Amino acid sequence: MSTKSSFNSLYNRYSHWRESAAVRRGKMFRPDYKFIRKSDESELVVEDLNVYIKNNHILKNINLTIPDKKITCVIGPSGCGKSTLLKTFNRLIDSVEGVKLDGKVLIDGEDIIHSGTEITELRRKMGLISQRPCPLPMSIFENVAYGCRIHGIRMRRKLNMIVQHYLKAAGLWDEVKDRLRTPATRLSIGQQQRLCLARSLAVEPQFILADEATSALDPISSKIIEDLFVKLKENYSIIMVTHTLHQALRIADYVVFMYLGEVIEAGDAQSVFNNPQHELTKKYLSGAFS
Amino acid sequence: MGTNFRIIRDKSAGGLMFILLILSIALLIAMGIGLYWKAAPVFEGRALKELLFSANWKPLKGEFGFLPFVMGTLWVTGIAVLLALPVSLLAATFLTEYAKPFVKKYVFPALDILAALPSVVYGVWGTLIIVPWISEKLAPLFVEHSTGYSALAGGIVLGVMILPLLVSLFIELFSAVPNDLREASLGLGATKWQTTQKVVLKKTIPGMIAAVVLAISRAFGETIAVLMVCGNLAQVPHSLFDPVYPIPALIANNYGEMLSLPLYEAALMFAALILFVVVLLFNVASRMVLYRIEKKAS
Repeated sequence: MSTKSSFNSLYNRYSHWRESAAVRRGKMFRPDYKFIRKSDESELVVEDLNVYIKNNHILKNINLTIPDKKITCVIGPSGCGKSTLLKTFNRLIDSVEGVKLDGKVLIDGEDIIHSGTEITELRRKMGLISQRPCPLPMSIFENVAYGCRIHGIRMRRKLNMIVQHYLKAAGLWDEVKDRLRTPATRLSIGQQQRLCLARSLAVEPQFILADEATSALDPISSKIIEDLFVKLKENYSIIMVTHTLHQALRIADYVVFMYLGEVIEAGDAQSVFNNPQHELTKKYLSGAFS
Repeated sequence: MGTNFRIIRDKSAGGLMFILLILSIALLIAMGIGLYWKAAPVFEGRALKELLFSANWKPLKGEFGFLPFVMGTLWVTGIAVLLALPVSLLAATFLTEYAKPFVKKYVFPALDILAALPSVVYGVWGTLIIVPWISEKLAPLFVEHSTGYSALAGGIVLGVMILPLLVSLFIELFSAVPNDLREASLGLGATKWQTTQKVVLKKTIPGMIAAVVLAISRAFGETIAVLMVCGNLAQVPHSLFDPVYPIPALIANNYGEMLSLPLYEAALMFAALILFVVVLLFNVASRMVLYRIEKKAS
């Protein structure tokens, strides 16, 4: 027993040395995994953001401040630019053909729109949950470990710890712990979405961007995801695009209402829902259009 | 009345299609039986092992050892796939993942033209360009003498011929990978290359195997272009610069010419039977591999 534990401590010291060496050589950008980010305030400010796709003005003069450690719901009718806004935050919009960005998006004071941005690091910070759960073509374990691996974590023990921790955080551990090696596509669709959540969390983002994350799920699964979001907002700022007004009513702390590429109204959920200032917001909330 | 007619037509259409399907499968079986029947005389007094693995090819003395031709086919096909596979894989990856739309617009038609060129043209190109290049520039670096008509020349020409086929198959495979998968990987902070490598290529492995099998089956049977540059000497090759004699070239060169020799026709039919069986087995084996991979993946 004692030999084993001394071996373990030696191994830990070795792994610590190896990884700090990797950091020194600039191969890894983060010295250690904190598991849950508690400390620093994260701040997302949008200033005069304009997005054009092939001469179509998609987002018009967006000015926003996303509150820290809250659930921000972006609501509005289809085609109003909600998803485009979300994709701008992690620059996935770059892969759209003929896109032009203008203005500023400041994350912790750093503008991410200009061309010098380290995109891979930005995308690590902005965990994305897409509308349709999209497990990668590998096992459950590898899905969660994927992000860590691409960011340079190779230590087996560490990966084991990370995967277990984030599967627990996503409430999936008990359901899959005996079949971590089976392909992720065999999970039910609700489980797949939680797996995607675990996968995003495993690279330690500051923000979670959820693009209608529950719209493809059954009511029970979407309830589970919603509850997870409420739990997760202690540690992450969550920005959620949603089509269902009821969902926004249930969990939003802060609401952004968009219409035809413009932000019509933004504010605390209470005040926007109970006392909308703008005529369009009133109409939308009363169900005049959707 | 009208309704009845519609139903009759529906049923007869289904029946007709089924009959046609059976016919085309029956054709395959009939070809196999026919080839075997015609080749049967060569089996008399000769073991299958001797036919396949003996290097003695002396039709005048009645000795038929097919090893030179089998090896010739394997060498040429092997070289062709080894050359074409990495190039086509990278080209297809570039075109689907990296290239700008206007590049695709011009490259795709060019690939189609390359695929549609008659094989004689490839043969002439090989004879005029590749063969002299090998004999004058490349071979002197490695061996004392080579005419240039060699396994390597055949492999290069065949490789260029299956290249457009492989590229277009791979492009189809890669384009079928849903964009959501790429975005999921990119959204975690993966680079484009990491995404391509670990998601796109990984996802398409079964399809890639099928594509390669298709290309190999085609390469096995390619006749004219290979015949023009291979040298056609019935000997087991020992280096890339030795002349080879693939099976299709054997059949094309000799059928109808030396049939006065006893058993020669049967021997050529046996060569055809080898091709037939190899391609068939190859396809069946690849189906089985594919089935197992897909079962494991889902």
